Amino acid sequence: MAPQEPRTGVAPAASPAAGGRQVWRRLLARRAVLAAGLVIVLLALIAAAAPLLGAVEGQDPTSYHNDLLDSAAGGVPTGSLGGVSAEHWLGVEPGTGRDVFARLVHGARISLLVAVGATLVQVAIGVLLGLAAGLGSRLLDQLIGNTTEVMLALPSLVFAISLMAVVPSGFPRPLLLTLVIGLLGWAGTARLVRAQTLGLRQLDYVAAARLAGATRWRIARRELLPSLAAPVITYAAVLLPSNVIAEAGLSFLGVGVRPPTSSWGQMLSGATTWFRADPMYVLLPSALLFATVLAFTVVGDAVRTELDPRAAARLRVGTARGTAGPTADGPAPGTGTPGTGSPGPSGATEEATA
Amino acid sequence: MSAASLNDVGDLADVRDLADVRDLADVRDLVDVRDLVVDFPVGDGHVRAVDGVGFTLRAGQALGIVGESGSGKSTVAHGLLGLHRGTGARIGGSVRVAGVDAVTAEGEELRRLRGGLAAMVFQDPLSALDPYYAVGDQIAEVVRVHRAVSRRGARARAVEVLDRVGIADAARRSRSRPHEFSGGMRQRVLIAMALACEPRLLVADEPTTALDVTVQAQILDLLHELRAETGAGLVLVTHDLGVVAGSVDRVLVMKDGRPVEHGPVAEVLGTPREPYTRALLSAVPRVDAPEVPGAPAGLAGPARTGRPGGTAGGDVLLEATELRREFATRGVTRRTAPVTAVDGVSLTVRSGETLGIVGESGSGKTTLGRMLVRLLEPTGGRLHYRGRDIGVLGEKDLRPLRRELQMVFQDPVSSLNPRRTIGESVADPLRVAGESDERRIRARVGDLLERVGLDAGWYHRYPHEFSGGQRQRVGIARALAPRPRLIVCDEPVSALDVTTQAQVVELLGELQRDLGLALVFIAHDLAVVRQVSDRVAVMRAGRIVEQGDADSVYDSPRHAYTKGLLAAVPVLDPVEATARRHARLASAGT
Amino acid sequence: MTRFLLRKAVGMVGVLLILSVIVYAVFYIAPGDPAQLACGEKCSPAQVLQVRERLGLDAPVHLQYAHFLQGVVAGRDFSAGTGLLHCPAPCLGISYRSGEQVTGMITARLPVTASLALGAMVLWLALGVGTGLLSALRRGRLSERLLTALTLAGNSVPVFVIGLVLLIVLCAQLQWLPFPSYVPLTEDPQQWFWGLLLPWVSLALIESAKYARLTRSSMLETLADDHIRTFRAYGVSERRLVTRHALRGALTPVIALTAMDLGTMFGSAVLTESLFGLPGLGKLLVTSVGLIDLPTVVGLTLVTGFSVVLANVIADVLYAVTDRRVVLT
Repeated sequence: MAPQEPRTGVAPAASPAAGGRQVWRRLLARRAVLAAGLVIVLLALIAAAAPLLGAVEGQDPTSYHNDLLDSAAGGVPTGSLGGVSAEHWLGVEPGTGRDVFARLVHGARISLLVAVGATLVQVAIGVLLGLAAGLGSRLLDQLIGNTTEVMLALPSLVFAISLMAVVPSGFPRPLLLTLVIGLLGWAGTARLVRAQTLGLRQLDYVAAARLAGATRWRIARRELLPSLAAPVITYAAVLLPSNVIAEAGLSFLGVGVRPPTSSWGQMLSGATTWFRADPMYVLLPSALLFATVLAFTVVGDAVRTELDPRAAARLRVGTARGTAGPTADGPAPGTGTPGTGSPGPSGATEEATA
Repeated sequence: MSAASLNDVGDLADVRDLADVRDLADVRDLVDVRDLVVDFPVGDGHVRAVDGVGFTLRAGQALGIVGESGSGKSTVAHGLLGLHRGTGARIGGSVRVAGVDAVTAEGEELRRLRGGLAAMVFQDPLSALDPYYAVGDQIAEVVRVHRAVSRRGARARAVEVLDRVGIADAARRSRSRPHEFSGGMRQRVLIAMALACEPRLLVADEPTTALDVTVQAQILDLLHELRAETGAGLVLVTHDLGVVAGSVDRVLVMKDGRPVEHGPVAEVLGTPREPYTRALLSAVPRVDAPEVPGAPAGLAGPARTGRPGGTAGGDVLLEATELRREFATRGVTRRTAPVTAVDGVSLTVRSGETLGIVGESGSGKTTLGRMLVRLLEPTGGRLHYRGRDIGVLGEKDLRPLRRELQMVFQDPVSSLNPRRTIGESVADPLRVAGESDERRIRARVGDLLERVGLDAGWYHRYPHEFSGGQRQRVGIARALAPRPRLIVCDEPVSALDVTTQAQVVELLGELQRDLGLALVFIAHDLAVVRQVSDRVAVMRAGRIVEQGDADSVYDSPRHAYTKGLLAAVPVLDPVEATARRHARLASAGT
Repeated sequence: MTRFLLRKAVGMVGVLLILSVIVYAVFYIAPGDPAQLACGEKCSPAQVLQVRERLGLDAPVHLQYAHFLQGVVAGRDFSAGTGLLHCPAPCLGISYRSGEQVTGMITARLPVTASLALGAMVLWLALGVGTGLLSALRRGRLSERLLTALTLAGNSVPVFVIGLVLLIVLCAQLQWLPFPSYVPLTEDPQQWFWGLLLPWVSLALIESAKYARLTRSSMLETLADDHIRTFRAYGVSERRLVTRHALRGALTPVIALTAMDLGTMFGSAVLTESLFGLPGLGKLLVTSVGLIDLPTVVGLTLVTGFSVVLANVIADVLYAVTDRRVVLT
């Protein structure tokens, strides 16, 4: 036992910068993570090469093929499995006869672009505001803190739906989706970064940097950002799949991308009327969406266990524990929801000198 | 119990023939540990935490287990109650406590052992109690585990033991939850819990580590008293040799899981046989002697002899006048009474001297230290550095002065950025100062690392590769980098083991001599402060109650608080320790 | 306690005011001319002018907002063609499309969303907390895998996918369940139950994963606490350690999260409702958005915002009540 347990506001991260390569190696060593990584790479390739893939098949995502539909049955594709044929590898869309394969691969573009773009927007705004709140004056902190609380209180899905509806239709839809999801979802990151910054700021090495004469900006860059990287990446890894779902959800509700642009959510929205007659049309985009989100979640989960020593420590049981400092109020251990806004166990107030 | 087993007991002679004779001879030993080996699972393999420890303890006796961190002393204590069950640890050897085999006992017998026969007093009294329930209920729960009593009877017993350990108004206080008690009182509650079922053995794991020295003395006295009263055995685990001196009959010194020396306390502390024990003893700073015997000239040794009186010498560097600091307890808009951490402190620091500041937790010494280097802004009073009022300067105006006032921090974990190499951390002040020649920076950092006893080639290593003492050396190198005139050391050695502590203190002394630095040395440990300081200020509740030449403050304290503090400091001589206990009891009685 | 509640209430009103300003600004200023939107694409400039006057959209923006607030607090009057139409407090305006009062439209659909949210909550708590506790207390490969599967699936499937699949399998193919529909509880409890069962299950499957994970980690964390070790060292049985000393601390965050989720549910049930065609708040929102019916959209946004803010406060209070270490000031 150390004579006096060191008091740390933020548990020091186990793996420093040098451990970066080890983290990669360990991640790749896990088969599920490796598989998920491959799925993501594959999806990215598909998205990038969507027009090419369509050309290989000889179809495009927007042409109608009424001749392939059974008008007597209300527009269900003729042939088995939703009209699968040598020309249409995965069949055609009920009601319109558009090529399902072409629409799916083009849908991957929207899904990935919007999700990644929105995550970047969220993280950029969140880190910037969180740092400003954590390092700035009390007034600035309160201002940003309150704004964050209001943003968290916004019913974001409702807001997103409404926003998507009132913005003039001339605005490019994928960009609008990215912005709406991004601008409505930064509060969790901001709160996390603020809490972390406030915790880190208490640490003696930041005081040492001040004594060295470092400016605020230098402290933020040199001392704080490296330590913030791990929790922010972890959080972003959780945001990414939820943004995929958000895009699909908005398109499903008919306020996302507009036809003729295709998106998985939009295809599913059409599927609600066709699921009895043409189950294939439901299952294909569902499966793709599932695979995408699952792959992102698996990778995100692995990144979290590698980068967040506290999450890993939580899962260890035993009587002899190391120095687990009082946890800073990071994000709730739940998956998607950022913090609960609860005061936390702040019970025994230590004297101000501590 | 079957008839056959009754018969077995009857044929005692046969048993004696068959069984190991020693077993029966040692029945009167309360604790009998033999060849204890504990392996903890780490990754794929195991790490040996305890390796071949054995001892016996009779009822009414007390054994101290002493060692530095990682010596395995707590592991031994936990083994006495079979606490390694279910943790994946492998146990070898035998542990018998009051006739129960702690290694193999199961179910009812194990439960009887835990709390009924042997009871543990844990280290951190806040986290060791359930925050949700009143302390009386928690003790009553333990009583009901071991005794068939009514809820009411158990509650009454809880109040009884709380009263016994000196909780005033026990019936009412038993309804309070743990966070409503002070640290010392919480420790008393834990002791009360241990007493609740009249165990035959008390195991105390660093029971006073988190406590101030005056409270520590009270708790140790209480344990001593209870042992005399109940006739229970005591196993006291501690890193502090001073704690065992007055509290136990026998001492077991441990190092790296192995027993080093074992014997009566007077012998082990008075005439140690093993070199490690001697090293340990010589590293302990003594409050009664200014110089450490055997150690090379301590901090400021020559300086002190060269400047009798201690206050003469260099120019005044830093002068604080009626310095104050209040903390708002909550946000800016809400008005609550601010907490005054430093309440009108005046002091001066001259170049080349060491000013020691001692105080217990909450005395405001850390806040004061941080104000002296202007990490904190004073809310009142003046702070002059070389004639300039730096108390009112803003961050920008301070920057050019920063390099002259440096600090060494307490916690070697949080004082170095875990994501930057130690070389970069030390180079930081140089870069900020505008040095951009990479070769010169390397050379200077290398010099500094060597200066503090590290290898110049360790530039690219990360903090986690170093021990606590080494990190503290890195912290000192960083403080030296900008060539400061004054360094404030805030509890620089309190997180370190005693041998490391002595080395770091020695290093600070050397540096001061060679570089002519002024040091402000803040600590709760009176002995360390005496060892290093020319002058000493004693702080209490934000004020300096006594200030003066180190020898005169320690040898003839004027203020009652200083006297009390000094009387509570544990001493290494068992006879002296007992005498002091009697003195404390006598003064408490009057 | 009263001071705490009072402060929370004041904070809540503040957040709602800010929220209403944002909502108002975004919807009435940003997207162009609300009168044009109200009137429709094909209106002549004269007709638009008329609509603008009738709806009070010709007044300066801050006055419009003041009127809106006045309506919420005290009610207001609209000129409806020939006479005056009184809209009592809390008045959220009048639908451009149907001419109905927004408040009435919302209250009429509230029971649907409430039925959906509460029923799903019961299910997800049972499933999520149950799995979480099981995997924390009986640590083994099986429970570990179950939890992982539930978590990954729950995190990876949007509710409309799981709902669609269940719909195809349970209703269309196997015909074990009727197609979801809403029958008021007061009318026929049995039909109410069967009609909502599938939506409940879909929602619960998604939500329970989060709860399982939180319960598990929170339980493990609490079990590793020092005070658990203390009572173990005093011979207290493992069962009692869990039920008396760990459960309470472990479930505190779960309770707080439940309150929060219930609050968000009023907004996020949109997807479930539109998938299953349940006439709740979400469905109303999607319909109004399609019709660009601004007052209804604004009203719904505010009401869902209110429920989230209220849930926040309730979560705080619950947290403080269960965790008595938190001092309410």
